[in-house]
Amino acid sequence: MKRIKIWAIPAAILLLMLPFVVQMFDNADFLLRIAVMIGIYIILTLSLNIIVGYAGQFALGHAAFYGIGAYTAALLMVNYDVSFWLALPAAAIVTGFFGFLLGTPVMRLKGDYLGIVTLGFGEIVRLIFVNWIDLTNGPMGIPGIPAPSLGSYTLGSNMDFYYLVLVVTVISVLIIRRIVQSGFGLNLLTVREDEIAAESIGIRPMKYKLLAFTIGALFAGVAGALFAVTAMFVSPDSFQYVESVNILAMVVLGGTASIPGSILGATILTVAPEALRFISDYRLILLGLIIVLMMVYKPSGFWGESKRKRNFFGMTGR
Amino acid sequence: MLKIEGLTVHYGVIPAIKDLNIEVPQGKVVCLIGTNGSGKTTTLKGVSGIVKAKAGRILFEGKDLTKVDPHQIVHMGISQVPEGRGVFPDLTVLENLQLGAFIRKDKKAIKSDLEEIFSLFPRLEERKNQLSGTLSGGEQQMLAMGRALMARPKLLLLDEPSMGLAPIIVQEIFKIVRRINEEGTTVMLVEQNAKMALSVAHYGYVLETGEIVAQGTVNELKNDDMIRKIYLGIH
Repeated sequence: MKRIKIWAIPAAILLLMLPFVVQMFDNADFLLRIAVMIGIYIILTLSLNIIVGYAGQFALGHAAFYGIGAYTAALLMVNYDVSFWLALPAAAIVTGFFGFLLGTPVMRLKGDYLGIVTLGFGEIVRLIFVNWIDLTNGPMGIPGIPAPSLGSYTLGSNMDFYYLVLVVTVISVLIIRRIVQSGFGLNLLTVREDEIAAESIGIRPMKYKLLAFTIGALFAGVAGALFAVTAMFVSPDSFQYVESVNILAMVVLGGTASIPGSILGATILTVAPEALRFISDYRLILLGLIIVLMMVYKPSGFWGESKRKRNFFGMTGR
Repeated sequence: MLKIEGLTVHYGVIPAIKDLNIEVPQGKVVCLIGTNGSGKTTTLKGVSGIVKAKAGRILFEGKDLTKVDPHQIVHMGISQVPEGRGVFPDLTVLENLQLGAFIRKDKKAIKSDLEEIFSLFPRLEERKNQLSGTLSGGEQQMLAMGRALMARPKLLLLDEPSMGLAPIIVQEIFKIVRRINEEGTTVMLVEQNAKMALSVAHYGYVLETGEIVAQGTVNELKNDDMIRKIYLGIH
């Protein structure tokens, strides 16, 4: 039933060959590092898109989930010698649980209020990272996160990390796509559109909002674990409020409730600050300008919902 | 089928409806008419569970609905078409209709019901791939009704189906209401357009500031002097 799109094959070859192409440049490690961050941000953006784009809940604390995932993986691997392949799902589950915990009280809030509470949650989590020195080593962070190993082979180089992140990202994208293109995704959209109307057809908005928070957090945890193991170091600095805003910008700029949009948004906003490095301090101003112009001229994002595949259940002759 | 006993609903400290008694017998169309703020919509929202009762009972097939959550009430067989239609504007017509069958699992019957809805509202079939936000007001009303019917309700609650629509569309809508009823669905109808409401209903209640001031069969109401003067504009 599912056909592989024609463009998927060259795209896959390109992604697989990329590290070798990159070797031709002097700064190959730097470029690979950016590619790794793109993968991590794609997962983060998609996970936030479930909450913001599909369920329509304006959440501003996504960096907290990212951080919880990173710290969970780091602590398990450094303190308890847990292998990465166990730490990754553990980080996802722990973070998903925190998403559930946060979702339970805040899903009664809407709009700005929800934004403020989730922002507060993000700050609380960051302050815990900074101040619970016994557990998190405070502002000094956790260094020396061991490289994951596959049998006797240790994934230690940037190229290894690239493939690791590529595989996890592709799997995450496929799972999230499956989730949001199912009836569940459609039910999430009804909650975003009109909660009372959703109730009038028997949908329970609370349940769907809570699930969106849980699934969104879960994948942010996956991204966190990937970050921890590829950076080999975590500290509270990586999970500041700015990071939440950054991810939100990727969602909005890419296009809410759109998977290609999220991938595009994450890629562009990860590459742009690096590509604009030559104008040094002015690059953030330029980036800000681009975002403002986008919001004025193309508010639906790079790949907005207008391109959403019509009719979820495929019952039409289209 | 539905029996409202002594229903009282407050918004804050202000009573919206007081000690209401309404009965909806199986297979009939019962209408509530009245002016703005008379409590018609509140009564309907009480039945669908969106507002909570302060006192009184709402019995549906013998079960009290006052403590049941709105989404569970849908499962029990009551569907509401919300005031202002409440379609999901960014979803297509087809998606809206299929979502109406959210509580059902019988895929085959859903498909044949969908065909039935399309024969009831041919306009919807023409526009099934269109985003519902781009439909006209009358088409959105049809879509909202079709969506509610997709749940195969025993009781259909209609909140002001004529609101904001051209007279010719209103007539079409009411023809369909009659047809829905003839096919076996009990209907509770809230309307400001008393003339139209009385043309399809079997039984009517007149509300004023949260209290019933008149009730009876449609013929009794049509011949009532007060109702003729105030609600039907006949002197």
